[in-house]
Amino acid sequence: MASKPRVKVPKMASVGDIITIKTLISHKMESGQRKNKKGEPIPRRIINKFTASFNGETVFSADIDPAVSANPYFEFSARVNESGVFKFIWLDDDGSEYTTEKKIAVS
Amino acid sequence: MTITRRQLVGLGAGAFVAAGLGLRPAFASAEATEAAIKAFAGDTPIGEGRIELTTPEIAENGNTVPIAVSVDSPMSGADYVASVMILAEGNPNPEVVTFHFTAASGEAKAKTRIRLARTQNVVAIAKMSDGSIFMTKNQVKVTIGGCGG
Repeated sequence: MASKPRVKVPKMASVGDIITIKTLISHKMESGQRKNKKGEPIPRRIINKFTASFNGETVFSADIDPAVSANPYFEFSARVNESGVFKFIWLDDDGSEYTTEKKIAVS
Repeated sequence: MTITRRQLVGLGAGAFVAAGLGLRPAFASAEATEAAIKAFAGDTPIGEGRIELTTPEIAENGNTVPIAVSVDSPMSGADYVASVMILAEGNPNPEVVTFHFTAASGEAKAKTRIRLARTQNVVAIAKMSDGSIFMTKNQVKVTIGGCGG
């Protein structure tokens, strides 16, 4: 159901720059509040945690509740002092994990 | 002035509707919001300012309301913003999202999109690395609610 994480990280930056990162993942974010046609509640299934790390160090994370919209979007900042790799992880209620990585050259 | 029987019936029905529909859910949610703030802040006194919460004045579609939060902080090794919790007072559950920052975040800024069930206050509450707490609130008018049903 969920797929295609999309992430925007600048390709390069100067040492000490604060860069803006934008992330989006396709996911229905079923809130658990809705009912199907028979009136039975549809079980909750959302992305409950998002983490962004740079060279192994966490720069931003979010604990997510059902009130975050479908296809959860996050925009945040990070300070970069060296070249390296950003890793992004989304955790689904069903236990699956979606990840993606982006490289940045810092000079 | 005499009250006719018709007026009396109308008055009674109005009072019944107000008691049954209007007041009870609002109170339940206010309590849940209080509880969430208490769980986040503990007994620390809550200060004002330092947080800038940007929300639309009117949200036409409650399914996806853009919000932005930014907290004034140097974000250095010892003095940074640890977390920011977003609450929606008028949703079935007040918790929306909690952002966690580190000194490597550079600045305590985040944007996302949230669901709002109806017109209500959105609350942002921030915890600094020294444990101090700040809070701010914005009202958002919602035209179409965003919690299914």
